[in-house]
Amino acid sequence: MKLIVNGEERDVAASTLEELLALLDYQGEWLATAVNGELVHRQDRARHALGDRDRIEILSPRQGG
Amino acid sequence: MLSLYGSELSSRLLLGTARYPSPSALEEAVRAAGTQIVTVSLRRETAGGRSGGGFFEMIRALGVHVLPNTAGCHSVSEAVLTAKMAREVFATDWIKLEVIGHHDTLQPDVFALVEAARVLCGEGFRVFPYTTDDLVVAERLLEAGCEVLMPWCAPIGSAAGPLNPAALRAFRAHFPDVPLIVDAGIGRPSHAAAVMELGFDAVLLNTAVAGAAEPAVMAHAFALAIEAGRKAFHAGMLEPRDMAVPSTPVIGKAVFQ
Repeated sequence: MKLIVNGEERDVAASTLEELLALLDYQGEWLATAVNGELVHRQDRARHALGDRDRIEILSPRQGG
Repeated sequence: MLSLYGSELSSRLLLGTARYPSPSALEEAVRAAGTQIVTVSLRRETAGGRSGGGFFEMIRALGVHVLPNTAGCHSVSEAVLTAKMAREVFATDWIKLEVIGHHDTLQPDVFALVEAARVLCGEGFRVFPYTTDDLVVAERLLEAGCEVLMPWCAPIGSAAGPLNPAALRAFRAHFPDVPLIVDAGIGRPSHAAAVMELGFDAVLLNTAVAGAAEPAVMAHAFALAIEAGRKAFHAGMLEPRDMAVPSTPVIGKAVFQ
């Protein structure tokens, strides 16, 4: 399945958002995720099914003004 | 004490966390300023969570209030989604709402700002809106549910200082009971003192401290200037005059010839 992860096209065999994070080795309570412009809470990642061409944003804390 | 959305704060300096020469320089500046609120952002994670994790732990260890921003957002939907993601990460309803409307000046898109503020206030956020010094926009932000206003005094990162003191003075006069924070454009401690003398409640700055040769020393200098300006506002300052007024009494002056 082709997914757009943080703006990059990836070919990943992940059926849920939680699987995707594990496959790409993302971990940490400080991560925030969105799929197709909608927030997906951390407790919902395991049941959030991914579809072909879904756009996934994975954000984390950074310095800011 | 400064009261922002029910939090009582003794420090009137809000500090950004970007552009410091090192994480320890940031930490030292926060401590030297006595700052109780720092601003942070969210960005794409590229290293599996490791690049954001270190910063997250450092900020948490500071033990201060965290004010996430929506920096770089250019639309209502971007800003609203970023705010929701920030609430998830930082476990706070506070959001510094930025909706940028112009690439060169980083001037807020005030129409989108008001709409985003309305949406976020409706979803329980406590919104700190980065806005211009326009009174009508400020009125709309209050109607949208904001309880704090953060007008710029000059473009972000410009270090130009208050370009329109009359507008800031009008803000204070028009909104006597709303916490007012100057956000953006401060370059020197004297700029911070100047806006505090106008009656502003606090100052938010970043580059002026982070870009100094000695950030911690500059952070302390800003804290002192902000306190000085605040005291001066309450002490009642003289209005400028065109002509001289002798400070030494004229009566009793000796006549030698």
